Amino acid sequence: MKNNLLVSGSPHIHKPESIARIMWTVVLSLVPAGIAGVIIFGLSALWVTLLAVLAAVSTEFVFGLLTKKKITILDGSAVITGILLAFNLPSNVPLWLPVVGAVFSIAIGKQVFGGLGQNIFNPALVGRVFLMASWPKYMTTFVKPFSIDAVTSATPLAALKEGKIIEHLSYLDLFLGKHGGCIGEVCILALLIGAAILLIKGYISWHIPVTYIFTTALFTYIFGAKTLFAGDWLFHILSGGLILGAFFMATDYVATPLTAQGQLIFGVGCGLLTAIIRLWGGYPEGVAYAILMMNGATPFIDRYTKNRIYGTK
Amino acid sequence: MGLIKEFTKGLIRENPTFVLVLGLCPTLAVSVSVTNGIGMGIAATFVLIGSSLIVSLVRDFIPDKIRIPCYIVIIATFVTIAELCMKAFSPALDRALGIYVPLIVVNCIVLGRAEAYACKNNLARSFLDGLGMGVGFTLALVLISAIREFLGAGQILGHTLIKGFEPIFVFGMPSGALLVIGLLLGLFNFLKDRKA
Repeated sequence: MKNNLLVSGSPHIHKPESIARIMWTVVLSLVPAGIAGVIIFGLSALWVTLLAVLAAVSTEFVFGLLTKKKITILDGSAVITGILLAFNLPSNVPLWLPVVGAVFSIAIGKQVFGGLGQNIFNPALVGRVFLMASWPKYMTTFVKPFSIDAVTSATPLAALKEGKIIEHLSYLDLFLGKHGGCIGEVCILALLIGAAILLIKGYISWHIPVTYIFTTALFTYIFGAKTLFAGDWLFHILSGGLILGAFFMATDYVATPLTAQGQLIFGVGCGLLTAIIRLWGGYPEGVAYAILMMNGATPFIDRYTKNRIYGTK
Repeated sequence: MGLIKEFTKGLIRENPTFVLVLGLCPTLAVSVSVTNGIGMGIAATFVLIGSSLIVSLVRDFIPDKIRIPCYIVIIATFVTIAELCMKAFSPALDRALGIYVPLIVVNCIVLGRAEAYACKNNLARSFLDGLGMGVGFTLALVLISAIREFLGAGQILGHTLIKGFEPIFVFGMPSGALLVIGLLLGLFNFLKDRKA
């Protein structure tokens, strides 16, 4: 008779979720924003994205070979890094730029720390900031949407920084992404569809995105205009990389706090930093720097928001 | 230990930058170009040799309790000589290195060798130790600044190497210095582990 009694240690309750499954769902949730980017900026957006993904996965593969560890290219995490990096680039960059950025993201942002689960910072943002510091002229020239001969145009936030106002830009245009910007950040509608998938599946919690967006809105509402409490908070939510950053990059499992309380602090911190950089900083957009800075603060947040162990004081 | 080993240990086995990890402040700050690196390296080597010699000579007279101020006075003397010479003979280099030349006074390599070596060893050994450490520091600076100048400006010693190479600006910035030093330290540790 077969013995059906299984004796094993905890955990006893299992879920069918795995790293690969979650990561590929995240990839899927990014597809709408990618399609929107290609529709808005043309096929060059597709090439930039594909090259970034290819370079990220190849780097992951090479590092796996060099360090003689398990090859982790199939778990989808490198694919996400590639996609997120490409989503943070203008569509008209020279095609070597996403490749260099993706190699840097994976090599310096992730693998030197020991691979998935060890990275201190979000790898895609590390790549973006590296490209931003190295080749600012490519990273700050944006094409006008739906233009065939690549007319350059400023992003709404850059225009705001220079004190100009882009004409005929309604909130609906901002929501649908009909303005200059990075590939994946412009179409809020598509991003929200992707975010909804992740929220419904329970892969991300509401804590970081909601506090992040709310803090940025509140802060820009209070200080965004010449008089207090008159800022255009909706404009600040809908423009730049806030939605992309809040739902897809500030919710990175590895580099963000573990507890709900810590995530609230993380979200508020990101929101404050983003608003401060946007309103008074040197750059028009601060989402990437805000998230990276809070990534750096994550170990401290984790230390002070540890869950009380049941049965202890 | 043989005399020749006193000299060679500073080059690789006890390299001040990559193994002892001392003197990172000037290393990070001035390694933007190879010229700066060489200038800083020579100035520091001069100070190291001079202070090692004098500290070694007077090591029996310095009371233990006030040895650090004594070392500082000796080191500061040589730094002043180096600084005035640099101002006189190479004003451009002096401007490029700026505050980091007077700051050699508190360079931890110089003070470290005085405290750890020169105050316990005789003149010849101290001289060779200072020379070795100085050359090791210079080599490390040249290596780091060559990488940074090539990547950050596309040049070596002011000569463009590859046409059409778009400089990676970040390597000319402080963050680039930290990146290069971090990766080189990793490489050194990797090589050391493999040998052991």
